[in-house]
Amino acid sequence: MSTTRPGIEVRLENLSRRYSGVTALDGLNLTMAPGELVALLGPSGCGKTTALRLVAGLEDADGGRVVIGGQDVTNVPANKREIGMVFQAYSLFPHMTAMQNVEFGMQLHEVGVAERRKRAVDMLDLVGLSAHVNKYANQMSGGQQQRVALARALAIEPKVLLLDEPLSALDARVRARLRDEIRRVQLEVGTTTLFVTHDQEEALAIADRVGVMNAGHIEQLGPPTAIYSRPATPFVAEFVGLTNRLAGVVRGGEVEVRGKRLPLVKPDSTEGPAIALVRPEAVSVAADGDMSAGPLVGSVISTVFLGATSRVTVDLGDITVLAQLPTSEVGAITTGTKVRLSLRTDPVLIARDEKAATEA
Amino acid sequence: MIRARRAKLRLFRIVTFLLFGAFFIVPIYAMFEFSTRGNGENAPRTLDNWKAIGTYPDMVAGIVNSLELAVITSIASLVVLVPTMVWVRLRLPRLRRVIELISLLPLTIPAIVLVVGFSPMYQWMGNNFSDSILTLSFAYAILVLPYAYRALDAGLAAIDVKTLSEAARSLGAGWPTVIWRVIVPNISSALLNAALLSVALVLGEYTIANNLLYPNLQVSLVSLGRTNAGVSIAVAVASLLFAFALLIAISFVGRPRRMRSEVA
Repeated sequence: MSTTRPGIEVRLENLSRRYSGVTALDGLNLTMAPGELVALLGPSGCGKTTALRLVAGLEDADGGRVVIGGQDVTNVPANKREIGMVFQAYSLFPHMTAMQNVEFGMQLHEVGVAERRKRAVDMLDLVGLSAHVNKYANQMSGGQQQRVALARALAIEPKVLLLDEPLSALDARVRARLRDEIRRVQLEVGTTTLFVTHDQEEALAIADRVGVMNAGHIEQLGPPTAIYSRPATPFVAEFVGLTNRLAGVVRGGEVEVRGKRLPLVKPDSTEGPAIALVRPEAVSVAADGDMSAGPLVGSVISTVFLGATSRVTVDLGDITVLAQLPTSEVGAITTGTKVRLSLRTDPVLIARDEKAATEA
Repeated sequence: MIRARRAKLRLFRIVTFLLFGAFFIVPIYAMFEFSTRGNGENAPRTLDNWKAIGTYPDMVAGIVNSLELAVITSIASLVVLVPTMVWVRLRLPRLRRVIELISLLPLTIPAIVLVVGFSPMYQWMGNNFSDSILTLSFAYAILVLPYAYRALDAGLAAIDVKTLSEAARSLGAGWPTVIWRVIVPNISSALLNAALLSVALVLGEYTIANNLLYPNLQVSLVSLGRTNAGVSIAVAVASLLFAFALLIAISFVGRPRRMRSEVA
């Protein structure tokens, strides 16, 4: 399968949208490089789906511009934007077979019959469904339906592909497989793609860049590794991955947490009481040695086997702390075991109040 | 235990079917029996009344008028209702209750009251537009509104109108294409039900046509009944059988064309 259309740059400029007084999008800016896959990640109501629907033309922006391939399409109707979209809900036309569904968009774009058939077969082959061309939607599983929807969206050679939580209705095993398949197909066809999801694992696994959204704007945009290991704000740190919230005091460009001094991501943070956000994998657990009382000594409440790693929850008396360590190191650590924690000296973010909404 | 319960259920179904069957068949049979009586007490059965239907031009005109009205009303109500209901579902969901209420109004207003309201409009139409009986389809389109609305609403509720429309729009379809090629094929049963209800209602309508002085089937039937009851009853039986035949035909046409199997 060759690239169907060279990737095209997509720009969202200062996009805003309000619903009866509630701000869904608040001056969103995003530039997607040609052929790039950007995932918008965020909790329900953060505006990620609204952003996608504005790009699709399914809703009108209150302000700002959508520019696709250098052309301002803000006021272009959805059916003239040349976008392909896969929806969260199953969206195959029930009265058409898989083949007819894939051909539908091409028919509207007046692609000749022979070319249409060939491209539909190619697309269904690309998503691994060449044996199901004559099946109707209700004769296919959820995963198969979403793959046909992907083939249908790509068949029209869209300028941009929009994926609106296409995996959320599927079970975990199918979801992981289809996620990889979407990425493979996207790389193969090279279409610029915007993927919306609330599942951080999905976003981190599939995207070239992830935009973490909160309250209508992007809090941080960057490669998955940067989002996870160098979160720019407390919201990103807490939303992406698990985080321990440990009370401490900022002093001299460091934060002192339970007797341990940790460097800060932003050393110029204001001094005083703060909450340090510490990843579970930055916490080590030792079950031997000196177990006399101390701020980092406590009892194991639970251990959860996650495969290669295990998660240990430790009660320190006034707080519970999560530690994630290789399963091989868990050894004799079981519920009730007395352990001593140590904090790795990775730079940490701090939050000023319990809600950790913004850093002062 | 289960077998006994199934047998009981089956018996109940058969009895119910027979009772309801008798409820419909007995009056029709009685009408048919009356329409095939010969002259005199011991005269043999005859189809003279049935054969005579064609010899009453007013009756034939009434039948043709009603059939034309039925077709026009069905099409007109669907053409108006389907896009409106789809649009309200997609863009103005808050208006759904209002539209539903408006569509139910004709059911709550007695036909004779409607006639009072229609009368000056039809006088004006007669003077300025046309006095053809086919103009009755305007009134009938309002009359069938509650039934057609209900049937279509059930059909639209059974599909995800929003997602299907948006999917079609994203693939390049304009609104007429969305309705004609995506929505309509998926509510075909509801469309047929709405059409059938409209046809049945128009074929049986008397009050409005009579009071506005238009000779449709029912008006012609009543008129003929005053001079020849046998022929009048024969036409009544024929129109009932026509409605039944239509119902059966539509129930077959509306059946899914393909065997569908669910994925395990």
